[in-house]
Amino acid sequence: MDAGPQSASPTRRLILLAAAGFGLTSLAAPADATSAAMEEAIRALVGEAAINHGKVKLELPPIVENGNTVPLTVSVESPMTEADHVASIHVFNEKNPQPYVAAFYLEPRAGKAAVSARIRLADSQRVMAIARLGDGSFWSDSADVIVTLAACAEG
Amino acid sequence: MARVLINLPARAKRGEVIEIKTLIAHPMETGYRVGPTGTAIPRDIINRFVCTYNGAEVFRAELFPAIAANPFIAFFTVATESGELAFSWTDDHGETQTEVRQITVE
Repeated sequence: MDAGPQSASPTRRLILLAAAGFGLTSLAAPADATSAAMEEAIRALVGEAAINHGKVKLELPPIVENGNTVPLTVSVESPMTEADHVASIHVFNEKNPQPYVAAFYLEPRAGKAAVSARIRLADSQRVMAIARLGDGSFWSDSADVIVTLAACAEG
Repeated sequence: MARVLINLPARAKRGEVIEIKTLIAHPMETGYRVGPTGTAIPRDIINRFVCTYNGAEVFRAELFPAIAANPFIAFFTVATESGELAFSWTDDHGETQTEVRQITVE
């Protein structure tokens, strides 16, 4: 921001800047922490293999009003041939009672590596999609979702 | 028998990638909710979905309580030959509901 010294209201500008900065940090904070349960579930899937970033695209609305039904789409860049295809797509979340959301198993004849579903989110959190390719490599993408009305986990 | 909606093209060209959308009426009770008497409502979800194309499995999903009620699943497959697509949902009681749809490939 290039707030000149002759600017009309520097204090107002500073306040806005501070507010924006605070908003950003409070959003970024949970993104760094991956909950232990989610980490454990992911490790159970991939073992010691490295998880690469890219290829996978996880689409979720950034803000949802109702956590009881959240549209989710995972697509993976892949030619879907016998030699190079997506074998499975796994979806994990951070703060629901269980870290696993779903696992989808594809065949090369799927033609296009993309699946959609509707999920529940118990809180604002990070969702992660991991794709396992035919050659055994793992690729991932994640998305942060803000939930204003959580899925009724408590009743 | 639960109500099912399945959306797929009735006709397709050979080799065409078609999208299949499925939805089944089911409460997907998570097992984490408490009923009016204070006891937990037992878990009752559809945990498995399979799609076969003329007998060969083309898509399978394992579902967990984090899937919303009335589970909706959409996926793709290549239209290889005329025939039938069978869709099966299996719940926690081991009961399976299967629906069959025809497709004409030209």
